[in-house]
Amino acid sequence: MTTVSVALIYPDLLGTYGDGGNAMVLAQRLRWRRYEAEVVTVTAGQAVPDSCDLYVVGGGEDLPQALAAARLLESKALHRAVASGAAVLAVCAGLQILGEAFAGAGGEAIEGLGLLPCVTRISARPRAIGEILVRPAGRWSGLGLLTGFENHGALTTLLPGAAAAGHVLAGVGNEDGTGEGVVSGRIWGTYLHGPVLARNPRLADLLLSWVVGDLAPLDDAEPSALHDERTENGPGERRRAGGVLGAPALSWAKGHLGKLASQKFAKQPEVRQTESG
Amino acid sequence: MPPAVKLPARAHLAALAGAGVGALSRVTGRGGGSVVGGHVILALEPKALARFSAGRRVVLVSGTNGKTTTTKLLARALSSAGREEVITNATGANLSTGLAATLASGRPGATAVLEVDEAWLGLVAGEVEPAAIVLLNLSRDQLDRNNEVRQVAERWRRACGALRPGSVVVANADDPLVVWAAAVAADVRWVGAGLTWTSDACGCPRCGGEVHFGGGPQPASKEQARRRAAPGGWRCASCGFARPDPVIWLADDDLTGRDRDAGHVDQVNLDRIDLPGANLPGANLPDTNLPGANLPDADIRELGAAWAGHAGYAVEASGVVHEVALRLPGRCNQANAVVVLAAATSLGYGASGVLSAMAEVEEVAGRYATVRSGGTTARLLLAKNPAGWAEVFTMLTPPPGPVVVAINARTADGQDPSWLWDVPFERLRGRPVVATGERYLDLAVRLHYAEVEHACDPGLLSAIAASGPGRADVVANYTAFHQVLAATRSTGDDRARRGPREAGPREAGPREAGPREAGPREVADREADRGGAGKGGLL
Repeated sequence: MTTVSVALIYPDLLGTYGDGGNAMVLAQRLRWRRYEAEVVTVTAGQAVPDSCDLYVVGGGEDLPQALAAARLLESKALHRAVASGAAVLAVCAGLQILGEAFAGAGGEAIEGLGLLPCVTRISARPRAIGEILVRPAGRWSGLGLLTGFENHGALTTLLPGAAAAGHVLAGVGNEDGTGEGVVSGRIWGTYLHGPVLARNPRLADLLLSWVVGDLAPLDDAEPSALHDERTENGPGERRRAGGVLGAPALSWAKGHLGKLASQKFAKQPEVRQTESG
Repeated sequence: MPPAVKLPARAHLAALAGAGVGALSRVTGRGGGSVVGGHVILALEPKALARFSAGRRVVLVSGTNGKTTTTKLLARALSSAGREEVITNATGANLSTGLAATLASGRPGATAVLEVDEAWLGLVAGEVEPAAIVLLNLSRDQLDRNNEVRQVAERWRRACGALRPGSVVVANADDPLVVWAAAVAADVRWVGAGLTWTSDACGCPRCGGEVHFGGGPQPASKEQARRRAAPGGWRCASCGFARPDPVIWLADDDLTGRDRDAGHVDQVNLDRIDLPGANLPGANLPDTNLPGANLPDADIRELGAAWAGHAGYAVEASGVVHEVALRLPGRCNQANAVVVLAAATSLGYGASGVLSAMAEVEEVAGRYATVRSGGTTARLLLAKNPAGWAEVFTMLTPPPGPVVVAINARTADGQDPSWLWDVPFERLRGRPVVATGERYLDLAVRLHYAEVEHACDPGLLSAIAASGPGRADVVANYTAFHQVLAATRSTGDDRARRGPREAGPREAGPREAGPREAGPREVADREADRGGAGKGGLL
């Protein structure tokens, strides 16, 4: 069996929010299924390979983001990999870089890689920070709910004809609390940190299935427990933090999660003292 | 010592009211009183920080990690070496409210040593006209609040540029972000305090280019080699922005090849000083991509032993070498002590008195304290971000010593615990590990993918007991740490050795120490309403 390679692109530039964990999740889920898997870490000074099977591009700060984009645009390695069928997970700054254009530190428009049908611009609104819950749209609805943590100042607008990957149930998402992320071919762009694949094992397996086909089930007791706990508690935490709830999310959350969440938070987690001896 | 300044009546009233409300908070068991008292003081006297700092010498301490310990070491050093009253916010109430309460409580003219939240440093420095500012390090922490660490560095830079003449900045030369901030100050004492976690400083703060650590040109002379002690230099490959020469730095006996008889450093083994893998961006990846995770246990033991229980050395550029003997464990505390030595001597205190005062400190707001739960004797360690964990790995009892890890994600912790994926937890393989805290599931999934066998127990005390009879290390992040402290102390099961009381409003004791009635989260939420959130301290 050939080795499946997962390229982690510029973790020194785009590694602010633990997104490198996505590469680890992908590789481990392959190994546990008896695939040979390797993570190829590509730091800023190294050439990006164009022959890997999966690429993970994470979130980062403004200046390193611009540097990363310039290098990827110059080498075109990611373009070549995509053209030959590689799968890509692009998170936050990664999503922005892969679009047609994104905003630099001073708000200026910077040319993106043009691999995703979106543009990103700065916003006068407060930074979108907090738990986010998404219901995948259309052909992705089989994934169940997606949970994550968003943290971005810029807003992403999809180009005409492009559809968001999911509907925002709690949080901001791309720009206004309605759509989140965008998928083009085998490129999944999202604002969800967490890391997103640690919280959403089914999304991890979707990306893997694009590369290796059908997958045997895994023991996902802990990842599933985390997914369910965050799905249940995340929206309540976002609301308590004064975050923005998407309009369609409000009624949904009230109906489905509000009750659960309020029960959860009426009783603050406490330090148990009874066990001490 | 500047002359004492007479306070206006309004400020007196504010101080009295704040002290009254704070006492009420303590008496009714609601908390330690400095935060709520500070709110009252600031409501009655918005310029409280400026008013109550007038006529005193104020030293501010800030940074992502080590603030509380450094503040305690410095306060102890100044009060002991200077034989004077020092007021300090010993429990880490480090926003404007806690600072106002601390400043209002002390005798006029008493020196103040204040820990300041890194996001608030500019505002506080503008009001109190500090005699010195101590800048330790900057790395990712509470990103939901601080967003980008570079933005914090820019705020520090503006604060340093606005300092009055006569203020001295004592800054870590090994942290490019700190250097970027401090370099604009008129009077800077650079300290080689080291930087174990470098992943937030790989992009040059000046030009965005790549910063290279450790490498660089070979030293041309023995003198240059000495100057590069404790971890090696750094330099931006694009613009040449580089580590300034420190006036004093940390060197360790084993790591420096120091010739005891000659009393100077002959040779520096730079490779041995950084924790292998901890500063590599791919440190959390499995197998071939994870240098740290695959370290043999023997190496980890050696690394831990390298800094446990024996002295480091503070080496001055002039050639003078001081032995730094501490009861506090770890490389990071040796580094904090060298920073304190630099700060205290720059204020005119004698080195020997400073060093002997620091040697007496054995616990800092519960850190390194020993507590009991069930049949387990647990040592408490605080680690709230990847940089803190890089230091904690060197302090852990060697395998197979059990480790309990407690993770919360309240406002004061940062609500996004994705930083867990930047910590090479693979190194915990081969030990009994228990995941606990309000976000134990996030940790459990991280350990699952790291293939670290572990148990889960959301109850803090039961988790400690579950680690088995005997000794265990408990590593907790900020609010989880205070919950552990509160829980163990309220059961009367506390075996912590307490140091002497600090001058100023020390908040200790079972009810104040923990967030049971009103935790750091609630306090910090209130601070958030005031325009910033963080360690609001303990109400």
